Amino acid sequence: MAVILDARGLNKVFGAVTAANDVNAAIERDSVVGMIGSNGAGKTTFVNMVTGYLKPDSGVILFEGADITQLAPREITRLGICRSFQIPQLYNTLSALDNIMAGLGIVLRNAGLGGYFSRADAIVPGHGLPAAAAADRLLLRFGLTAYRDQPAQVLPGGVRKLLDIALAMVVKPKLLLLDEPTSGVAAEEKFGIMDLIMSAVKAEGATVLFVEHDMDVVARYAERVLAFYDGRIIADAAPEVALSDADVRKYVVGQRVAASGQSGAGAHA
Amino acid sequence: MKSGSIKADRIPALLALIFASLLGLGFVLPQWVMFLVTIAMAKAFVVLGLVILQRTGLVSFGQALYYCLGAYCAGALSKFYAVSDVLVLMLAGGASALLVSVILGFLLSNYRGIFFGLLSMALSMILYGVLVKSQSLGSSDGFNMLAPTLFGYKPATQGEIRFLLLAVACAFGLVLTLLVHRYLRTPLGRLCEAIRDNEIRVEYMGTSARQAIHVKYVIAATVAGLGGALAGVTVGHIAPEMAYWTTSGEFVFIAILAGTGSVAAPFLGALIYESIYSVAYDLSPNTWQMVVGTCLLLVIVFLPNGLWSVFTRWKKN
Repeated sequence: MAVILDARGLNKVFGAVTAANDVNAAIERDSVVGMIGSNGAGKTTFVNMVTGYLKPDSGVILFEGADITQLAPREITRLGICRSFQIPQLYNTLSALDNIMAGLGIVLRNAGLGGYFSRADAIVPGHGLPAAAAADRLLLRFGLTAYRDQPAQVLPGGVRKLLDIALAMVVKPKLLLLDEPTSGVAAEEKFGIMDLIMSAVKAEGATVLFVEHDMDVVARYAERVLAFYDGRIIADAAPEVALSDADVRKYVVGQRVAASGQSGAGAHA
Repeated sequence: MKSGSIKADRIPALLALIFASLLGLGFVLPQWVMFLVTIAMAKAFVVLGLVILQRTGLVSFGQALYYCLGAYCAGALSKFYAVSDVLVLMLAGGASALLVSVILGFLLSNYRGIFFGLLSMALSMILYGVLVKSQSLGSSDGFNMLAPTLFGYKPATQGEIRFLLLAVACAFGLVLTLLVHRYLRTPLGRLCEAIRDNEIRVEYMGTSARQAIHVKYVIAATVAGLGGALAGVTVGHIAPEMAYWTTSGEFVFIAILAGTGSVAAPFLGALIYESIYSVAYDLSPNTWQMVVGTCLLLVIVFLPNGLWSVFTRWKKN
């Protein structure tokens, strides 16, 4: 399969902390890749570097063959990479619908269709529908129709998470990065939410890279696992191989089991 | 959004009705009331711009910069080139504000919150300082402007002048509110609340919040310039006080009083503000600020979203 994202030799240091130490990863198109690792292992730093929020100290990131290392987040989004956030980043005073509509407006504008004199019912590129209809379809796919007119700030945690991911899907990304999609979600709801996310994302068509602490979720949804430890990737393999790797068991899974025994499933929320 | 688009059809008609009624009142109102209404509308133009900024989460304590700039640009045309056509003067006032705000916008669009507010105030105080020291522009006294004309029509009496200016104010009021109303429904206009709520997300969705703020800043400045020119022509005299920070404060005051619920809100707010001010000043020339301040406090306590929220609440019920 063709490589959509290729990170080569990424390094990033924050003072005494090495957040990325020669990180190499090639992500194949249409794959679902899980990223695991304890807190501070460098997963979110990797996501932040790919999406342009942080610039690596050295190394290159290629997206569809083009160098995106020095681009700003908005430029990277326009190329087809979008992300969700560990803590949902929503427009809190706007309704779920208006959150999506604001995003669709940006898509229209970037396509040169959102000017002062353009029609309100212009077809949104990638959605094949006018904005209002595209928003309703997206809300439906993410099971958010019931929350359509409620302000984002009053929505329950799991719903905010879904809206955050739906918002990322507004730009029709070719590569979607999900930062802990099930953090803050009750243990018994995790599979339900992941099923919903994965079916919605697959319906829209995107390569998925997700950060996750719950190994059951990783084993079930990831086709491939990148295990991070101390800024390095210590394993890159299919879930059954990676999760049984000695180093991964010692540094990632083992630590996780001990931690969750003490503080429960929401430890990383 | 469906309900939104139905509302969109009604609001232009409603705005036309409001401004036509204001104009109609000109036939029965005494001159001094027409004067007050016209001045209130000039201020409402500035507040209309403030509303756009406020929706974006920005409070400018320096809109007086553009109010004064518009007035002095119109004044300079009147004083040095004997231009008296009110339309030309207003358009020149708006254009000067647009030009300056495009340049200053590069600086101001980098700032948020209190920094945006204070920097905008500082810039307006620089203009104030320059004008006070400019002898050719009358220093702290300012200077008088020619009596207004329109397309060669020269009003003969004071009453005709008042009515002409009220008519021009209503025409501009209608056009500006329609333009801003439409703007707020474009994707760029919708970004106001999105930027206020979460600028980082706006960037991650693929657009520049800074650039969007720059555009909003220029719009706000341009309408302020138009308002300043109208105020200058209406009073017939301009002075550096138009750029003083208390003038900016007055605009923020009206914006809070009015609320951001509608493009018509600034006009309601400005009319009520001018009425309260006139009555308060008449009753107690030395303590009028207390009366005005009390009114603002009452609005903040009982109508935190401004006077316009009375209508939105009533509509909901």
